[in-house]
Amino acid sequence: MIWNPNKECMSRDEMRELQGRRLHKIVDYVYHNVPFYRHKLQEMDIEPDDIKSIDDIVKLPFTTKQDLRDNYPYGLQAAPQSEIVRVHASSGTTGNPTIVGYTRKDVGVWSECMSRCLTAYGITREDTFSVAYGYGLFTGGLGAHYGVENLGATVVPASTGNTEKHLRLIRDLHITGIACTPSYALHLAETMDKMGIKKEEIRLRVGAFGAEPWTEDMRREIENRLGLQGFNLYGLSEIMGPCVSYECECKNGSHICEDHFFPEIINPDTLQPLPNGQHGELVFTTLTKEGMPLLRYRTRDLCSLMEGDCECGRTSIRMSRIMGRSDDMLIIRGINVFPSQVESVILSTKEFEPQYQLIVDRIDNLDRLTVRVELRNEYMTDLLPELAALENKLSEKLKSVLSIRAKVQLLPQGTLERSQGKSRRVIDNRKL
Amino acid sequence: MIHQLSVFIENKSGTLLQILELLKNAGIQLVATNIVDTMDYGICRIIATQPQLACTILQEAGMSANLNEVFAIQLDNHPGSAADAIAAFAQEGVGIVYLYSFLLGGKGVLIFRTDNTERAQVIIKESGLQVINENDLQALT
Repeated sequence: MIWNPNKECMSRDEMRELQGRRLHKIVDYVYHNVPFYRHKLQEMDIEPDDIKSIDDIVKLPFTTKQDLRDNYPYGLQAAPQSEIVRVHASSGTTGNPTIVGYTRKDVGVWSECMSRCLTAYGITREDTFSVAYGYGLFTGGLGAHYGVENLGATVVPASTGNTEKHLRLIRDLHITGIACTPSYALHLAETMDKMGIKKEEIRLRVGAFGAEPWTEDMRREIENRLGLQGFNLYGLSEIMGPCVSYECECKNGSHICEDHFFPEIINPDTLQPLPNGQHGELVFTTLTKEGMPLLRYRTRDLCSLMEGDCECGRTSIRMSRIMGRSDDMLIIRGINVFPSQVESVILSTKEFEPQYQLIVDRIDNLDRLTVRVELRNEYMTDLLPELAALENKLSEKLKSVLSIRAKVQLLPQGTLERSQGKSRRVIDNRKL
Repeated sequence: MIHQLSVFIENKSGTLLQILELLKNAGIQLVATNIVDTMDYGICRIIATQPQLACTILQEAGMSANLNEVFAIQLDNHPGSAADAIAAFAQEGVGIVYLYSFLLGGKGVLIFRTDNTERAQVIIKESGLQVINENDLQALT
């Protein structure tokens, strides 16, 4: 089934024509509403009317996460505050979170694109669908939720945590679809085993998995253990949230909602566009967004683009799996974590040396972050509770900055390697 | 009060031995030791001859080590002497945070820390408990 054949199956020529018109309009819009972009475009001597077709996109400046941080909180917002109906926030690298405001129309586009994803997975009005992404500032929960409602299926806003209760609902409400991180899906399977619930007792048929990288091996394991078909769901809050691209039944790359989000692949070092099929950094331009439109936003995700009709009938361009990052960002339990965030927290303490090490493990299919820090000699004490309190204090600070819980591991001063330059600050033990 | 050395111990085999060998090589004698542990690390508390020197040696060897003061009380070697000593604190509502004991020259010694050092000092004075200092320890060893 296809939710919006008019757009999802548009001929390539028509699509490029539509994208060209929308690009001109969005450049004109940001030129007149976002001083940051007007200055950039003027510096480059570009006027909105220089954008005549989608091919002209290469003339436009890039936008980076640093630009979002520098313009915190509302500097890149194009719509007046009275038009903004919702705000989401993702963690920034050092202190300032990234704020994204949505107009009513943006929320509508988001829900419509999310309905395209769900329909491609085989979800209809007859389904009961559980959203097990976190609800709140993170875009996962509410983004998927609105898409399910827009489609007309029954939404169960399970959110994360309370896995046993969630599994009872999956069994008793005959839930047929679920959206969550792939690692949470495996955690569900494990909890199911512990509770003695067999996969024959549940009716899950569709899993929409995203917000963290996963592999074909993980897909097979999840599908086997939960008895469902697992599909990729891609998105990022800066561009919209989950809905940017989705797999169809062919599972051969993720179809991009390219009438709203125009993709490019660039060489992250030279910033030159790369032809389809080549690996590089994924860049998106929002073609219709009102709240916070972005030109050529560098996602830092590495992948490739594929053109060509898909057997499902869609003509839209597809993106490959994410092969990595062009920065040092880690994705832990679906949450973006930068080592520099941890560093800024540790530097703000007096009890610990400015050395640290991050260790990421996947235990029982849940990501665990351990932060190893060195206790300064002068804070060594004979009292165990005082050391435990230091650990807790740091753990709480990290939680408030990272949005995820980290285990703090104390080490004696001088334990961690202090090599010149590249010290191994991050050890990722997950097999991805 | 006497000096106690507290050393951070990673949960890794060989750490304790490393501490003990450093002290041995410096000719420092242990009077008493006590280790408290968690899942991830431990604190080794040490009463030693020349505590200042011991602390410097361990710090220079890259250990997290520090000195603090603890109470040391000498007891007569008969049943009930520890109970009598501790009763004085309990009656006054002063808590014992940790305690360990050993025999030295036929006498019992209690090493402990309370949750109220000032009150504890008054209690010790008023109840006539026999405090030992570092010179006493040196003499006994």
